[in-house]
Amino acid sequence: MSQSTPSQGKSKEAGLTPDVVRHLAGLARIALTEDEVAKLTGELGIILASIDKVSEVATADVPGTSHPIPLTNVYRDDVPGPTLTTAEALAGAPDHDGSRFRVTAILGEEQ
Amino acid sequence: MAAALNTLTAAELSDKLASGDVSSVEVTQAHLDRIAAVDADVHAFLHLNENALDTAANVDAKRKAGEKLGPLAGVPIAIKDVLCTLGMPSTAGSRILEGWVPPYDATVVARLRAANLVLLGKTNMDEFAMGSSTEFSAYGATHNPWDLDRIPGGSGGGSAAAVAAFETPIALGSDTGGSIRQPAAVTGSVGVKPTYGGVSRYGAIALASSLDQVGPVSRTVLDAALVHDIIGGHDPRDSTSLTDKWPSFAEAARAGAQQESLKGLRIGVVKELDAPGFQAGVSQRFHETLTLLADAGAEIVEVGAPNFEYAVAAYYLILPAEASSNLAKFDSVRFGLRVNPVGGGTVEDVMAATREQGFGPEVKRRIILGTYALSAGYYDAYYGSAQKVRTLIQRDFSAAFSQADVLVSPAAPTTAFRLGEKLEDPLAMYLNDVTTIPANLAGIPGMSLPMGLAPEDGLPTGIQIMAPARADDRLYKLGATLERLLVDKWGHTLLSQAPALS
Repeated sequence: MSQSTPSQGKSKEAGLTPDVVRHLAGLARIALTEDEVAKLTGELGIILASIDKVSEVATADVPGTSHPIPLTNVYRDDVPGPTLTTAEALAGAPDHDGSRFRVTAILGEEQ
Repeated sequence: MAAALNTLTAAELSDKLASGDVSSVEVTQAHLDRIAAVDADVHAFLHLNENALDTAANVDAKRKAGEKLGPLAGVPIAIKDVLCTLGMPSTAGSRILEGWVPPYDATVVARLRAANLVLLGKTNMDEFAMGSSTEFSAYGATHNPWDLDRIPGGSGGGSAAAVAAFETPIALGSDTGGSIRQPAAVTGSVGVKPTYGGVSRYGAIALASSLDQVGPVSRTVLDAALVHDIIGGHDPRDSTSLTDKWPSFAEAARAGAQQESLKGLRIGVVKELDAPGFQAGVSQRFHETLTLLADAGAEIVEVGAPNFEYAVAAYYLILPAEASSNLAKFDSVRFGLRVNPVGGGTVEDVMAATREQGFGPEVKRRIILGTYALSAGYYDAYYGSAQKVRTLIQRDFSAAFSQADVLVSPAAPTTAFRLGEKLEDPLAMYLNDVTTIPANLAGIPGMSLPMGLAPEDGLPTGIQIMAPARADDRLYKLGATLERLLVDKWGHTLLSQAPALS
């Protein structure tokens, strides 16, 4: 692997390179064109420079908030509820065999 | 001559339907006729419900048979395309879901059907609700009824434009960072983002799960309240749904409309959201409105919210992070588009080709940004920091609400800008939501209400009212009082001044 990756310890000040964008697109499963990679590298660099300011006030003594209204775990009684039929679940699928979704090979040759 | 049915409010239509003055078929037909006349120009709708008139006839038959029907029975409503609807495509404005008909209704949609409302169709939006102009819809932009060369706001520009163009009296929207309130502001309509968890998200195609909230879009405060009463309340299918018992918001709106004095009410003006960079006409109308409120007896206090400065930055980390996870479900396997790459490939190759072709530019931008913010090595610096800012913004709101019962600000920093003006400048587009984003980060409710036309361009401006979490009734009460004060002052409603279109 010659691609540079965010996890290789580069500081965020190093900014986004086309290689990083290609790597992220791979993780996100989007086959970006080279034009898109170039455009996104520029745009995301500008956006990141702007949103980086969160670190100015996010000091160690401030706890994070993941959810706007605190809730404790939500449970329900362990009884069957209504579910989709197989036909309903398959109705919007690009391809199926009547009981299962159909896809191409899961593994490539190198795997 | 009686006013055309499509110009009446939902509350007025309800009264006429209940008294037998008009039938739901007549009301529905009047709105379908209006859509046929103007929607080629406005493009608020992506899909029309071919069963609307049948539903209306059924409601009429029930009423004729003496069945006791609730408020809004037989009244038409439009549904933002982010909400799943049986029998109608639900695309969220994306090519990747083109033609997809869900196998279930969103809870809010099921509740509207159970309350005998007539679903007119699905409204346009920025793809997966990412945008402030509807220009990122894969199916073409919606046009602002006040000036067809301008944006109707976003992401829920379709619902707001449909209401403002008198194509429907009421609609549903969803608001993640302002997608109900900002379109309301720039189209002269009313929009409410309820308290997070106040309305079910089940069947709302998720953008950012900790921020998304479904809410009403209308021309009057009372109409928004009537819709909220129907769609709100606990839903066991949404694990973040609050189990609170809610008061009647329609009652709050009716009480507010009757109220003569605002004596005893403390209205906080958020200093950071009354900014010098805002359009002059927006600031002018905002300060005139504050004077009107003070003249009615309200105590106006200035409150500081120092961390709001960081809200947009935190939002554009949290939202892309959550969106990149939520949108992973569009994998070409279970629903939606599948694109087979030339020469075939593995399921991952198919997935990548599908997502390349099925997602538009703003969706790709945010997925890549979110993937970056969540990557190892950057998580703490970006996503972790943004979550801390969220805490600081909640603290700012707590401090502000200890000094004031409600907070106000302009609902959008400018009037509607021209189509195309900010399309190539993502950062400029993001700043449209500077006034609305804090409420989403804190989970509190907010309403946008028309406060007049900006003198320099004659386009609508909106005031935002915010209340503490769970105190949505305050929005409806004060909103209805202010609406009446403004209509008394102008001598007409704001939307009666909109161009005729047809």
